[in-house]
Amino acid sequence: MSLLRPDLAIIADNVARGARVLDIGCGGGELMAVLRDRQGADARGIEIDGANVSAAVARGLSVVQGDADTDLSAYPDASFDHAILSQTLQTARRPDRVLDELLRIGRTAFVSFPNFAYWRVRWSLMWGGRMPVTAALPVSWYETQDIHHLTIDDFRAFVAARGIVVEEAWFLAGSRRCSAVQANLLAEHAVFLLRR
Amino acid sequence: MTAFLGTPSALGMSEDARFGLSRVVTLPGPFALDGGAVLAAVDIAYETYGTLNAERSNAVLICHALTGDHHVASDHPRTGKPGWWTRMVGPGQPVDPARHFIVCANVLGSCMGSSGPASVDPATGRPYAMRFPVITLRDMARAQALLMDHLGVRVLLAVVGGSMGGMQVLEWAATYPDRVRSAVVIASAARHSAQNIAFHEVGRQAIMADPNWREGEYYGPGDVPPTAGLAVARMAAHITYLSEAGLTEKFGRRLQARETKSFGFDADFQVESYLRHQGISFTDRFDANSYLYITRAMDYFDLAEEHGGRLANAFAGSATRFCLVSFDSDWLYPTSESRAIVHALNAAGAAASFVELSSPFGHDAFLLDVPELNRVVDGFLRAVAA
Repeated sequence: MSLLRPDLAIIADNVARGARVLDIGCGGGELMAVLRDRQGADARGIEIDGANVSAAVARGLSVVQGDADTDLSAYPDASFDHAILSQTLQTARRPDRVLDELLRIGRTAFVSFPNFAYWRVRWSLMWGGRMPVTAALPVSWYETQDIHHLTIDDFRAFVAARGIVVEEAWFLAGSRRCSAVQANLLAEHAVFLLRR
Repeated sequence: MTAFLGTPSALGMSEDARFGLSRVVTLPGPFALDGGAVLAAVDIAYETYGTLNAERSNAVLICHALTGDHHVASDHPRTGKPGWWTRMVGPGQPVDPARHFIVCANVLGSCMGSSGPASVDPATGRPYAMRFPVITLRDMARAQALLMDHLGVRVLLAVVGGSMGGMQVLEWAATYPDRVRSAVVIASAARHSAQNIAFHEVGRQAIMADPNWREGEYYGPGDVPPTAGLAVARMAAHITYLSEAGLTEKFGRRLQARETKSFGFDADFQVESYLRHQGISFTDRFDANSYLYITRAMDYFDLAEEHGGRLANAFAGSATRFCLVSFDSDWLYPTSESRAIVHALNAAGAAASFVELSSPFGHDAFLLDVPELNRVVDGFLRAVAA
């Protein structure tokens, strides 16, 4: 079993056996392969990068090249048990609309993103006066795909204002979990399980 | 390049005349066509490679493009040229006679051995010419399905094709969903666009404007076929198979075997000389009337129209797995056409893979050396067979 990124491992552990899953921004299909092989899931994926799509298709996964901002509308309502958006929300042109689509297509949605209020990020801005380059945000400001940085508290307020239900949430510093109370300061990554 | 055949199996395929290179079968009619006409019987020329396994689960049908033939991976018996898709079909390729039982059939309406306008009409004893009924892509798929019955293959592991071949693959998946485990559609579309129809109409009008065409009646002794018209049709079509960047790289504005412009109308430019050669050599191997019929079939193709105006209906409830590939420099069947199919497959809940590959070669890329295409198709087919 290949080692999954910690946020993907959390998602994999919480997908039911045989579930229908749509992984939006699935990369080379690492999570999908685990869901298929370990969970017997019917996994489908969307990925914007052609080389990643080729790699995923070559490993036998059903992945289509597409853009979360424009290619979700064809999927019928509630056609998947879970829609997954891992580390992709902050790259969308309209994260709010993508999230609406996610909760339309999936009965539930897993969303993971890097937390911009993580203390190292704050430190870098506060004392260095520079855009942070960290393990979770490894790319410099001029070439990052991340165009909508957000914090865990931003996301909590966002889903609350829209009446979206948070079924569960996980917060990660590296591969270690941290508590919900301190998450906005201490967590590098968050994973939310949402439903309408 | 030599022809290859799989090891003869317990099924006794080596002695069975149905299997092998350059076969022709007469499928008993009546064969009802989409256009309402009925053919009494249909000849289909085809080839098989490899061995059908005991479970009959390893059959792969290859569908050819507009001017193709059934010699997909064997030397052409007349020209001696290697098969037209040896990059995809052959030992060590994604479709491999060591693992697959491979069938490729000449399409209905063509002139390479299957029934078409140059064939003899049994009712009159003379070539059909323009009395041959107008056919559709679905008619082509139906004839192939009868061929599969003849070969004892009920379910295909995969149906694979590029360009018009991809359109036949789509027709197979829509018409025989329970006979197609997977569908590979390369550089293709679910309908012919206005621009596609327009280019074909230029070709047809070029043929019909040739005085030798004579309403298609040019098969008699002493008759001369409309080669000038057919050559122009091929020249126009050939441009659509290439990309502008490809043409520029290959020819630019370079002159052909001269230092300066002739201030006349010879083929001054290399690109003119190349196109003229393409046009003329095409007339050696293709029948002008077949060109009319097959381009017509493609222009009539609109899979959504056949399914209540909604493309997703064509794939409703389908258990077939789809793999679509487009090329970024293909402006004949651009990526947007493949994406429309993908959206319909997603709407229907079908298992779909799709990738746009980068290639400078335009539409022709599907026939050329694009290693990524082979990697994608190979991985896809192996996963389906697993």
